[in-house]
Formats: sequence, C-alpha cells, structure tokens
Amino acid sequence: MTQISERAAAPVEAPARPADPSAAESSATGQPAATAVTFAKALNTALADAMAADDSVLMFGEDVGPLGGVFRITDGLTARFGPGRCFDTPLAEAGIMGMAVGMAMNGMRPVVEMQFDAFAYPAFEQVVSHVAKLPNRTKGRVLLPMVIRIPYAGGIGGVEHHCDSSESYYAHTPGLTVLAPATVRDAYLMLREAIASPDPVVFLEPKKLYWSKEVVDLGELRRSFEDGSAPQTIGSAVVARSGTDATLIAYGPSVPTAMAAAAAAAEEGRSLEVIDVRSLVPFDDETVCASVRRTGRAVVIAETPGFASVAAEIVARVQERCFHSLAAPVRRVTGFDIPYPAPKLEHHFLPSVDRILDTVDELQWEDGQ
Amino acid sequence: MTIPTNSDSTRTEGGVNAQLLPSPVPVQLIDHHGEAHSDARYALPDPQALLAGYARLISGRRINDQANALVRQGRLAVYPSSHGQEACQVSAALVLQSQDWLFPTYRDTVAVITRGVDPLEVFTLLRGDWHSGYDPYELHVAPQATPLATQLLHAVGVAHAAKLRGEDTVVLALCGDGATSEGDFHEALNFAAVFHVPVVFFVQNNEYAISVPLKNQSVAPSLAHKAIGYGMPGERVDGNDLAALLSVLGAAVDSARSGGGPALIEAHTYRMQAHTNADDATRYRPAEDVDKWIPKDPISRLRTYLRGLSLLDEAAEEQFAADAEAVAAAIRAGLNADVEVDPQELFAHVYTQQTAQLQEQADLLRDELSREAVQS
Ligand SMILES: Cc1ncc(C[n+]2csc(CCOP(=O)(O)OP(=O)(O)O)c2C)c(N)n1
Ligand SMILES: [Mg+2]
Repeated sequence: MTQISERAAAPVEAPARPADPSAAESSATGQPAATAVTFAKALNTALADAMAADDSVLMFGEDVGPLGGVFRITDGLTARFGPGRCFDTPLAEAGIMGMAVGMAMNGMRPVVEMQFDAFAYPAFEQVVSHVAKLPNRTKGRVLLPMVIRIPYAGGIGGVEHHCDSSESYYAHTPGLTVLAPATVRDAYLMLREAIASPDPVVFLEPKKLYWSKEVVDLGELRRSFEDGSAPQTIGSAVVARSGTDATLIAYGPSVPTAMAAAAAAAEEGRSLEVIDVRSLVPFDDETVCASVRRTGRAVVIAETPGFASVAAEIVARVQERCFHSLAAPVRRVTGFDIPYPAPKLEHHFLPSVDRILDTVDELQWEDGQ
Repeated sequence: MTIPTNSDSTRTEGGVNAQLLPSPVPVQLIDHHGEAHSDARYALPDPQALLAGYARLISGRRINDQANALVRQGRLAVYPSSHGQEACQVSAALVLQSQDWLFPTYRDTVAVITRGVDPLEVFTLLRGDWHSGYDPYELHVAPQATPLATQLLHAVGVAHAAKLRGEDTVVLALCGDGATSEGDFHEALNFAAVFHVPVVFFVQNNEYAISVPLKNQSVAPSLAHKAIGYGMPGERVDGNDLAALLSVLGAAVDSARSGGGPALIEAHTYRMQAHTNADDATRYRPAEDVDKWIPKDPISRLRTYLRGLSLLDEAAEEQFAADAEAVAAAIRAGLNADVEVDPQELFAHVYTQQTAQLQEQADLLRDELSREAVQS
C-alpha cells in the first residue's frame, strides 16, 4: 500500500539527483541568491543547516538514512553527517519516539520522522504521556528539545492511512507546540526554529506542498537565523494576503486553496484577507482577531474533519473575542466527518475554491449578494 | 550468561547461541535457609557489601510499612508496596555508579530512595502535590513511570545519547512481569540490541500484574528467554537473594559499561501485598499462596547468613533498626506537615515560555482565588 501511495505521491518535478548539500551553500558564496526552491528542499536545507550548526541535532526514523526518506527530506544527511547523526531505526514508531525522549533527556536535540501521518499513531502514547508531559511533570527540570516531523494531510492521491489530517490530536494535547508551514520560506524558518526550541514540537509538513516552489534565498534565510534577525514564527500568524471584506483563516495545506479563493473573489469584486495561522499551538489570537475585527466576517478553512477540530477551536475563539465586530457567524469549510476518502473521491472531501466562495457568499452580506 | 562482545556474535547458523540463554534455574547464591552456594559464573559478594545491603533491606522494609501506614492515615493517596521485593529494589540502586541512570516505575520507591533521593521528594507523587518531586538530573533517576514499559524506551535513548558522546554511563531500567507484554518492552529491547547500547533491563517478576497471574501473561519458557529473540543475553535470578542479585546485575552492568551491550535480567520474586492499598488481592489469589513465600523472605535469609558468619550481632541489628526508624520518622514528620502548592505552578511548566492562552487561564484562576480569599 505504501508503495502505491509513494508512486502517487511522487514528485511532479522530482529533483533530478540527490540533493547536493553544497548546493545550498552556493547562495552563501555569491552564486545566484534567490532561486526557485521546493518546499522539500527548504526542509532538507534547514535540517542540514541545523545539524551543521549544532552537533547535538540528530535525525532518525524509518528510511531516513541512505534513502533520504520516502519524500527525500533527509536526502544527503547521512552522507554528510555520518550514520551516527542521521540513521534508520527498526520499524517501530513508539520505539523511535521513546528513544528520542531519552536522547532529549540526555543532551541531544533529536528530530524524528514519522513516515506518514497515520503511521505516527503507534507512537501516540509516547507523545501524549511523555513528550507532552515530562517537562511539566518535572517542573521544567527535564526539557525535551525534540521535533516530530510528520508528512501530513492529503491531496496527493494517496491510499488509505497516508492522508490523515491529524493535527487536532496534537493540538489538543497541552505541552506540544504544533506547527504547520504553508510556504517554502516558512518551511525553512519554522523548521530551524522548531529545532532550536526548548519545547517539543510537532512539525506538520503538508505532503501536497512538498514540490511547490517559491523563489527564496536560502542562504539569506540561514544567515537571518544565525544572526538572530529571523522573524519569530512560533506563536505568530501572518497576513498572507490583505483584504477588507472578510477574513479567510487557514493553515498548512489549506493556505494555497484560501489564496486561490481570495484571488477568485477579487475578480468578482470582493476583497478577502487571508491569514496563514502556521502556528496552531501556541495560537496567535491577536493577529487573527485583529483581522476579523477589521473585516467583520470570517471563514476558517482546514482539511481536517471539522467536528472537535482545530478549525472548530478557531471558530470558537474568534466568536468569543470578536462577537461585537462580527456581521455574520464565523463559518467553517473543512473536510467532512468521514474517514479520509479513497484517491478518486478525495476531491469531494477537500476544501475547494468553490466551496470556500459559496461559504463566503453566505456571510449575510447587506447588499444581498 | 556469558556476554558476547558484539551483537554480530549472537547470530549462529541454525540455532540459538547458547551464550544468550539464561540459567536453567534462577541463579541463587544464598538459599532461603541462609546457606551459601557457589556458582561457576557468579561470585558471592564481599560480606561487608552484603552487610551494607542488609541495612538497606531493613530500611526498605520500614519505608514500605511506613508508606502503607501513611495511606491509612490519608497522608498518601496510594502506595504500590514493594514488600517482599526489597532485595530487587536495593540491588538495583547499589549496582550503579553515580554517572549511571536508574529508570524506575511506580513500584520502585525503595530503589529510588536507596539511590539517595530525598524520600519526601519521592513521595511528592503519591502525596498528590505534583507528578514528580525530585530533580532527575541530581542523582540520575528518571521520574517514576506509570504507563507500563514506556520508560524502557527512554532508558534506551539516554544510553544511546551517552554512547554517541562516548560517556561511561550504564542505564538500569526497571519493569514488572506484566509490563513485558507491552509493545514498548519489545521495542525497547530490540532498539537496545540493534544500537548495542548500555542498558540493563531488570524485570521484577512478582507473579502478578494487578490480578492477572504470570501464566495468563506469557507462556514463554521464562521472561528472561525473551532476550534471545532480540539477540541479547537473558538471565534469571532469585529475586529474594540479595547476594545473587548484586552479582548478576553487577555482571550485566559491568558488561554494558565495557561495551558488551544490553542484557535482560529477570528476578523471581513475589508481590506479598495487594497491588496497591486500593486493591483487594483476596479476590484473585488465596492467602496460602502468599504464605508459601514467607520463608523465602529476602531479609530473613540474609540475616541467618550474616549471623552465621558472625558479621551481624544484636547491636548491629539494633543500629540498623534505629537507622530505619529515623528514615521512617523523617518521612512521617515531612508528610504530616501540610505543604502549600502554588496553583500558579499549574501553568508555569507546560511550555518554557507561558503562552498567551495559559497566561489568561492563570489570571482567571488567580482572580477566582483572590475573590475566594476576600469572601472567607
Ligand atoms: C499502559 C498501561 N496500561 C495499564 C496500566 C494500569 N496498571 C498499572 S500497574 C498494572 C500492572 C502491572 O503489572 P507488572 O508489570 O507485573 O508490575 P507490578 O505492578 O506487579 O509491579 C496495570 C495493569 C498502566 N499503568 N499502564
Ligand atoms: Mg508484577
């Protein structure tokens, strides 16, 4: 099953050859600085840079060694840093997670890869009972600077168990920082920040964005991180597109969909603001609510089944804080409350531009539009 | 149990490497009549070490009794007693050096105290003040784990990190017989063996997991045999024989320290009391079963042995009893005093930097409490 999905998930524009760690260096040495970079390459470079900067950063999981991970995010790391720093483990997710806890207790900064969202579930007990609780249990005497990378969510035609939006399980668990980048730039900056964080981070990588490209200067991002000028991303949402009529609140894989919806709405004369939440926990109430107070209307967009989800939480928070600024109830466009569908049916499930625009239309516009 | 020098040597053509096999019967150096027996592989510890260990057994038994009494008085919420298992508890602490780590469970309070952790800090958990009361880094003792077998993986991680850094650290990880059925037990053994890290897994087989007897837990030849499936040596030892425990655990720790990799040690002992004070053991095991274990008590046999060597006299016994009583008195005094727990601490350690949301919730509670204070 996994093989099928990997084929389905195969890069549209696969890197022609294994990522060359020195390629990331080129921008630092005066080569063309800003180039089109994939989300996957940004993550790979962030890992390499973090490992180069700090010997205690380790990367391990399933097939992350010589293969470079089924999505090639760890490509070249074993070759560059050696099998002591980036290595394959036996196939056992609780084992990976529990060993990472012990390593973090003992001076390391482990980054672990769960091969797919739904294959992180065997590790769930370790995550909930230890990763999330150990620092609190010990009143901060034991910190767990570890990152749990999870290729997550759908839209890639993957078969069952390869497309879950599992963020709500983690976001519901106090003690975890939960991040979901949506842009290539954030992929780099947020992964570096996650690795540097003293708290455990669940880092959700939208699979369908792995091969999306953006023109960024990774060398500059690296320098900004190293000289301390990089923006803080944990706990901070961003206005991805400014608008005045309503706010679309999205994160991870739903951000590009929200952006496309805003672009389509603009053609119809409606100005939509898009907020990229990117940090699910801690949540940036301020940025989100400032936008909603300005526009007076909001739609939350997420792939996850909506019931008892992060999307539901955002709606509740906005409603509680912005009630007097709202011209209409805050609405949600989420996945249906069903198990993630088979590939041929997933487009019915995923939030679409049309579904978003239909929902925006229902926000009690005075002009009766 | 002879420990192979590297993990490759555990693989043999067409059969199990006999070096990995546990002894046919649990290793015993002092039987329950107090008589010493020689063993080809395990030496009887030095008598002075046994005398010191004996003092710790007396103290451990007293701590168990005291904690049970404090539960009855409402000073502790619950206590999983290690009565009858004190030899395991004491040896687990005594075989370690200061740089080593101990990973205990809820049942291993005596082991943690024997390692040197302040009893009052240990009882923070069971008293209900916080989920763990001591600094794990001070004496390299992990918080007492409740989710069964999960701590074994943390032990592997600590050992793996130590190995990567070239440190001279051994990790001793404790669990019960029931916990060997958990997936994390198997993942921990496998990871430890594959990465060849210095962990000694120490199973206290006390024959019960709450109400479920061992025969319903596993039909393996012994729990120690499970090691073979992972390519590491297994050994079984009389869990009420402090001498055998010190020797067997000591050998496993030495081997791990010198690069021999992990080992699994199963101690045969018995849970003499109910699972905790909240449990009613008469519902699932007859009193006669328990009675059979009274003559095998870890303390009485060592007393007979040491008395026979004239190493232990009335005066020494009185001294040990008085020392144990002093520990119990300090526990009583400490637990009878009410400590204030600052409710603001609830929000202080969830993240290293308090989030805006937790700040709001902390303010809410502070406000509620200050209004209550005004009213009363
Ligand atoms: C994962 C998990 N499942 C269930 C429990 C509840 N529980 C606590 S102790 C226990 C029995 C464990 O028996 P054993 O491992 O033999 O240790 P003992 O209590 O005998 O020392 C159970 C079922 C638990 N703590 N963790
Ligand atoms: Mg038991």
